[in-house]
Amino acid sequence: MCDTCGCNLTPGNAHLVDKKTVDVLSGLLDENDHVAAHNREHFERHGVLAVNLMSSPGSGKTSLLEATIEALGGEMKFAVVEGDLETENDAERIRAHGVPAVQITTGQACHLDAHMVHDALHGMDLDGIDVLFIENVGNLVCPASFDLGHHANVILLSVTEGDDKPAKYPVMFRAADLVLLSKADFLDVIDDFDTQKAERHLRELANAAPVLCTSVRRPDSLESWFAWLRETAAALRGGAGMTPGSRPASPAPHAEP
Amino acid sequence: MHELSVCQGLMRQVERIAAENGAQIVSKIVLKVGPLSGIEPDLLQHAFTIAREGTVASGAELEVQGGQLVVHCRECGGSGEAAPNRLLCPDCGGWQVDVTEGEELLLMSMDLEE
Repeated sequence: MCDTCGCNLTPGNAHLVDKKTVDVLSGLLDENDHVAAHNREHFERHGVLAVNLMSSPGSGKTSLLEATIEALGGEMKFAVVEGDLETENDAERIRAHGVPAVQITTGQACHLDAHMVHDALHGMDLDGIDVLFIENVGNLVCPASFDLGHHANVILLSVTEGDDKPAKYPVMFRAADLVLLSKADFLDVIDDFDTQKAERHLRELANAAPVLCTSVRRPDSLESWFAWLRETAAALRGGAGMTPGSRPASPAPHAEP
Repeated sequence: MHELSVCQGLMRQVERIAAENGAQIVSKIVLKVGPLSGIEPDLLQHAFTIAREGTVASGAELEVQGGQLVVHCRECGGSGEAAPNRLLCPDCGGWQVDVTEGEELLLMSMDLEE
């Protein structure tokens, strides 16, 4: 019997130990959410729309950013935070277009969190920037759980991945404010991706987010995405309060291949 | 495996609350983790055995309460349980529903000893 490991406690004397239960009722992600709120205030002070891009690896997030920068670079100013486990490759691709980019290498971490984005912002001047893209780590599971302080979640689902992804990864797709069915030019040659089925799976998550078919190889297909971006950035500048996953109540436009 | 990140954040909260209450030992931690929280209770339990090392909760038990997933229909007013990937009204089958229960990710309570 000793006072170190608790073996001197018996059912007979346990009530003598000073023990109490405290009710806490706080969110497990409160620490992250606090920093996220700080990031969001920082963006709003600069009039910057922050968009969190999420998808599987290889769905075309960086290619979409490159095409967007090329098409809209004359009318909007962009900045990019890139998240990957390793390499500066994506940030270098963005910088090659004359857009400031900070690469976060997460090591083994499978997602970005608000602290990582906060640290990245120290290396970034947001004056004059209209839209900050945060390209999350390619992963349909973990990134959905962390508020980064952004305003909207844009989720890419490439048509080579399968139209049932929203049903398989409900937490991620439920958080979408916009879903882009990327690499849609492949719809001409694959017959097992049904855009309407993908949209139905999204609706079954009670999500009214617009679903758009896009391909960076077909510039015309990106017009609806550009329109969404212009409207959302203008709404933020107009003072509309915005948090990710705040979905409109009415049904949204349909996917048209 | 973001459960370890979540658990490390939990341990920082637990250490702070224990210090605020002047407790030397945390013997039990109770969480509520809803089915739509994005957190897997089993993985959280595994992560906890790593994250608790060297903290005031190094010998603590972790109780994870599951809870149910409940939706409320904006169209017909119906209400009831749903599956995480089929958030449909149990009465009319519509998808214009709000999740009223099931997204919780909460630290409910802690047992403290001086």
